[in-house]
Amino acid sequence: MYNIKVRGVLIEGNKGYHDITQDVTNPLLSKTTPKWWWIASFVTTSMLIWGIWGFYNTIAVGTGTWGLNNSVSWGFAIINFVWWIGIGHAGTAFSIFLLVLHQRWRTSINRAAEAMTIFAVMAAGMFPMIHMGRIWDGFFVFPYPNTRGPLWDNFNSPLFWDVTAISTYLTASFLFWYVGMIPDFASIRERTVSIVKKKIYGILSLGWLGSARGWLRFESAALLMGGLTAPLVVSVHSIVAMDFAAGIVPGWHSTIFPPFFVVGAIFSGFAMVLTLMIIVRKVYKYEEYVTQRHLDAIARVLTFVSLIMGVAYISEIFVAWYSNSPYEMYVFFKNRAIGDYEFEFWAMITCNAIIPQLFWFKKIRKNITMVFIISIFINIGMWFERFVIVVTSLSKTWLPSTWHSYTPTLTEVAIFVGTLGFFIMGILMFLRFLPMMAISELKGVLKETSIVKENTKSHEE
Amino acid sequence: MEKKYWQSLEIYDEIVKNSVSNKESMPEFSIDGLDETEIKGKSSRRDFLKMMGFSVGAVALVSSCQMPVRKAIPLLNRPQELIPGVPNYYATTFFDGDEYCSILVKTRESRPIKIEGNDLSQISQRGTSAKVQASVLNLYDDVRLKGPVKGGNQNNWKTIDAEIKGKLEILKNDDKEVVLMTSTIISPTTRKLIDEFVIAYPNVKWIQYDSLPMSAMRKANKINFEKDTIPYYHFENADVMVGFNADFLGTWLMPVTFSKQFSKGRKLKDGQTKMSRLYQFETNMSLTGSNADYRYQIKPSEEASVLLKLYNILAEKTGNVVYNTTEVKTDVSKVAKDLLNSKGKSLVVSGTNDTKIQLMVNAINSLLDNYGKTIDLNTAVNLKQGVESDIMLAISGMQSGKVGGVLFYNVNPVYDCVHKDKLTKALKNLPLKVSFATTMDETALLCDYVCPDNNYLESWNDAEPINGFYSFTQPTIRPIFDTRQFQESLLRWMDSDQSFSDYLEKNWEAIFFPKQKTFNSFDKFWFKCKKDGVYNIASEEQSQPVFKGGKLKAEKPKIGALELALYENISIGTGRYSNNPWLQEMPDPVTTATWDNYVTVSPAFAKAQGLQQEDVVKINDSLELPVLIQPGQTEETIGIALGYGRSNAGKVGDGVGKNVYGLINISTGLKNLLGTPVTLEKTSKTYSLALTQTHHVMEGRPIVRETVLSSFIKDPTSGNEEHVKFLKDENFSLYPDPKFNAFQWGLSVDLNSCTGCSNCVISCQAENNVAVVGKDQVKLGRIMQWIRIDRYYSEMSDNPEVFHMPVMCLQCDNAPCENVCPVAALSHSDEGLSQVTYNRCIGTRYCMNNCPYKVRRFNWYEFVNNNKFDYNLNSDLGKLVLNPDVTVRQRGVVEKCNSCEQRIQEKKLLAKSENRELRDGEILTACQQNCPTDAIQFGNLLDKGSNVSRTNDTGRMYHLLESLHTLPSQSYLTKVRNKKA
Repeated sequence: MYNIKVRGVLIEGNKGYHDITQDVTNPLLSKTTPKWWWIASFVTTSMLIWGIWGFYNTIAVGTGTWGLNNSVSWGFAIINFVWWIGIGHAGTAFSIFLLVLHQRWRTSINRAAEAMTIFAVMAAGMFPMIHMGRIWDGFFVFPYPNTRGPLWDNFNSPLFWDVTAISTYLTASFLFWYVGMIPDFASIRERTVSIVKKKIYGILSLGWLGSARGWLRFESAALLMGGLTAPLVVSVHSIVAMDFAAGIVPGWHSTIFPPFFVVGAIFSGFAMVLTLMIIVRKVYKYEEYVTQRHLDAIARVLTFVSLIMGVAYISEIFVAWYSNSPYEMYVFFKNRAIGDYEFEFWAMITCNAIIPQLFWFKKIRKNITMVFIISIFINIGMWFERFVIVVTSLSKTWLPSTWHSYTPTLTEVAIFVGTLGFFIMGILMFLRFLPMMAISELKGVLKETSIVKENTKSHEE
Repeated sequence: MEKKYWQSLEIYDEIVKNSVSNKESMPEFSIDGLDETEIKGKSSRRDFLKMMGFSVGAVALVSSCQMPVRKAIPLLNRPQELIPGVPNYYATTFFDGDEYCSILVKTRESRPIKIEGNDLSQISQRGTSAKVQASVLNLYDDVRLKGPVKGGNQNNWKTIDAEIKGKLEILKNDDKEVVLMTSTIISPTTRKLIDEFVIAYPNVKWIQYDSLPMSAMRKANKINFEKDTIPYYHFENADVMVGFNADFLGTWLMPVTFSKQFSKGRKLKDGQTKMSRLYQFETNMSLTGSNADYRYQIKPSEEASVLLKLYNILAEKTGNVVYNTTEVKTDVSKVAKDLLNSKGKSLVVSGTNDTKIQLMVNAINSLLDNYGKTIDLNTAVNLKQGVESDIMLAISGMQSGKVGGVLFYNVNPVYDCVHKDKLTKALKNLPLKVSFATTMDETALLCDYVCPDNNYLESWNDAEPINGFYSFTQPTIRPIFDTRQFQESLLRWMDSDQSFSDYLEKNWEAIFFPKQKTFNSFDKFWFKCKKDGVYNIASEEQSQPVFKGGKLKAEKPKIGALELALYENISIGTGRYSNNPWLQEMPDPVTTATWDNYVTVSPAFAKAQGLQQEDVVKINDSLELPVLIQPGQTEETIGIALGYGRSNAGKVGDGVGKNVYGLINISTGLKNLLGTPVTLEKTSKTYSLALTQTHHVMEGRPIVRETVLSSFIKDPTSGNEEHVKFLKDENFSLYPDPKFNAFQWGLSVDLNSCTGCSNCVISCQAENNVAVVGKDQVKLGRIMQWIRIDRYYSEMSDNPEVFHMPVMCLQCDNAPCENVCPVAALSHSDEGLSQVTYNRCIGTRYCMNNCPYKVRRFNWYEFVNNNKFDYNLNSDLGKLVLNPDVTVRQRGVVEKCNSCEQRIQEKKLLAKSENRELRDGEILTACQQNCPTDAIQFGNLLDKGSNVSRTNDTGRMYHLLESLHTLPSQSYLTKVRNKKA
């Protein structure tokens, strides 16, 4: 149980129930859209348009517009795919793990984190599609009834597992997110004066009345879905990891990959949550909801996960040496630690295993600017981790005659920037039109964990 | 409208004319069914809706039909011998002026699509070279002339014949000489015809011109034996071979024949343990040098001294005259000892076109008693008959006005002559200039008339590459364009109506038919000749002419000066095939570079000069070329390939590389590729080279496994210990072993035989419709060729040992590619082949990552009908070369070698229709069929008696990266070097 005496209050600033409803719904109900929102969406739309050009170029001209070659046939797209999937872990990890573990400090963050998941997974999903040589035949990956035999998919292929895992994960996360928002939609429906908004939020709220029976069903649905979705957090990234681990490429073929990837995903997801929440709490003045303590808690988690990452890196290197396989050793000692890709390798180590260790210092954890900078470093470091895994392994595999380097092209960068634009656009839409914190859940933690006007006295006693 | 000012009346006229013609050229815009107001604007809303309705409807209709409907008309009367889907083979001869090869041409639905070697030829013995393989594409070259040309414009034969005949008559009456400049002609019938032409026009002077002649050898033989010939060599009879700058496995004289012979002496099959030894002394790292057991680096100016040193040692030991010579550091004592031990079973050759050197080579071979054993002076090789002085004489005749006309057949001296500036100038004032070129090449461009010759696949001819051996050329397709064979043009100008095929037949009936006794009717004889494609007249045994030696003298080697060694590379050669995209994209077997020529420098020289790969250097202050650092290049020398820098080759070959014919060494009056002193200066520019391989050592991995002969004799598995260990300790699996019922196709590559000549690469490209991707894509690592010849150097950069290893799909029974495809586009056949279903592939490229051998290729772009890849697949004519049995792959799919599945299927069906079992050796893959060294065997691994099984059963067999347990069906045999352990 959360002990307020030990760990402080969750919502600061003497908030009452009404304050919460107002704080969360006012930005949605206000008629004027803030200026920064327009500027931000202009920037992201530009990014998105550039990304659409990248998509168009790839589909119209060919995968040849990318920097890949016959030796390194996966590159930016797969790096970004794994990166986004990793980020997409934040929501579920936050909501579900912390829900199951009864960590109630999650309430002010979980909604935003779930939204992040949805958009990140959608962004990730674009890559396997655009990555196909013949996107127009992409539906072949689904095992649908057909007249060709029937011709099924290859159930041995990790890529097929991917398709299944990611679509399941996206569906489950979306449902979890949406169901959580139903009571809040109802609140907005009741508060808004605009007829249009009333209509829309009315439909979205699915006729929520707020009855005791409704709450009962809601609570059990949330818990059930949480329980069912929790394994997905582990499965999705494990399966993504198996795309690599099931291959025989030196540097990929490793049993450590599934747990290593899941931890990495949580690492990058949490870092992204940190990055976003620091901005959002500043812009929306939510410092009282997303308190210093929240950030502190995430930073502590990151410190721990960073240590796991460090251990994973070391054990990978150790196993390469212990295996006595010249191919594995070459990848780790001659193509990563030193060699063509040493910058990427050391960037990964520094950003993921060394810099987060600064969080051991309370001063740094309390310094929001520092926390923000370190969270950005982690995001970059995790991107480099995927680069190191995908590119360094493929560029120098078994036969030295086939060694070839890889440099991304403008089209690939455009697609990446486009998905960043898509992601930020999604977040902006979310902030503008959807309740970004779970009102009902906030109210739930208000009484027991916050200094509420009515019972200030009893707390002080 | 903008006002126009005029400066002169001419310009004013021009303006007026243009304004009128502008109006004329603009047709009235009209759409059927719409009246004028609707077209010319002022359209009403009704019109807008009408138009919109129409366009939406039209778009919907058009876009709903994915494929345009094409109507095919069936043959009502099927031509005889033509069964759609069944290939016809014609025996014919490839001879392009330099290289000879007897071939079979595969035609499908009447079009030639593939060239195979003719196994009835004793000379080329079913072998071909990459150039021969690629020559079929020249037939379908867009740049070919579509008809006779006069003054740059297409004309008709009648006019042109009349005009040329008229001019020839005038010149005859004016007593002006007409030079008929041809390439070497080995056809006895054509020679006879030319002689008759000279009789008809006595002022015609016939000269033969070779871009790279071998006149020094002819001269030396004249001096030593009083025989102006190139002798026929028998490398197969030699136990010790010593080559001096002679790339006889790649480009020198008859590379296909010599490769066959060379490999015969080095085969280690059926328990044979004898193997010949090759010493190579050379400047550049040539293909032959890369296959030598011992390789010595010599500068061009040292060659004579080294030869003389060798001669002196041999002479001393055999008690002959010794000559003075300058001391050179090259140690030849080992070579001399070896040569003496195999007297009469050795062979020394030099590719240097220098009489002094050829005299020394003759003297050495004579000391070693090789004449009549490994060198046959009585069987003259008829190639390379050109003599340098002829063209000099012709040019001076043109300059002086003695010559009034010139006819060029199969030569392009304006491109490849050393004196091309003089020639160009001299040509200007000639009254009659005729070229028989098939394309508008550099020489044809300066001619008044171009009378395009047929492609050799459309021609009749015969050939006598060596004395007593004849090979026939017969058309495999009707002339595609309005072209006419050179010989027929001569006949027309001699006022003869005879076709050349009749002429040829008559000639054979008159001259050759009486010489034989087997056939009593000429028709039968002629039919047999055409069917076999070759004909042999047994030569009467003659004793070899007696050697008459003279004094040998070697000039002092130059010290410190940078010397140039030009060479002919194996794909482009003299530059004749510059417009052939297959050859342009064929990686050089030693440097692995495509699409360019470059300056090869030694690593030490590069270090000393601060040069890096791709830095541009200036040669002789004028020629700018990029640098390629070549291990094994001799110090103080640089090498550059000839044949590049064409300006009128066509869209593919124009501007590729630089022309270095001007740098040929003519100090002795002969065209010598070696020894021009040059200067080299570094510039700040760089130029990117498209290499297919950028890492050159094996990093200690057991990829190419090798041993030396002595160890091999003791233990056939020597060098192959990894395989023994694998079989003992590592060959197990959790999964059941793959099982096959009737067939398990396997292919073995004998690394000891393979010379890396790359014939298989092009053969495969032709068979399997492999696309050409262009230099930029090669540079990006996207070459499409299904066979890759990996080349590794041993880890000494100054004089490395070289390995060539062809890698095609290894058809793993435990294939890593197959189980990762999400859509099951990859499957394993019950005959052990790894198959790709192209139309199921969605292009995730997971299989490419997971293939440890990286033999899978991805279609990064649409390579067919794409203007960005303007090669043979972007032209209707070029596409005629496609093999209808093989799918042309779409953009976005993965492809790879499939062991010529279509050939397997063809033979299986044949056996089935004949109700018999498939015979071993019946199925030949494209790479195997024409291999000049027979390095590749293909067959059924389940049949223990099959060739491939027996080849594999020698202890030398291993699988590439077998420790991965991919269980490949394709295997390799260890390389054995005949050198001291």
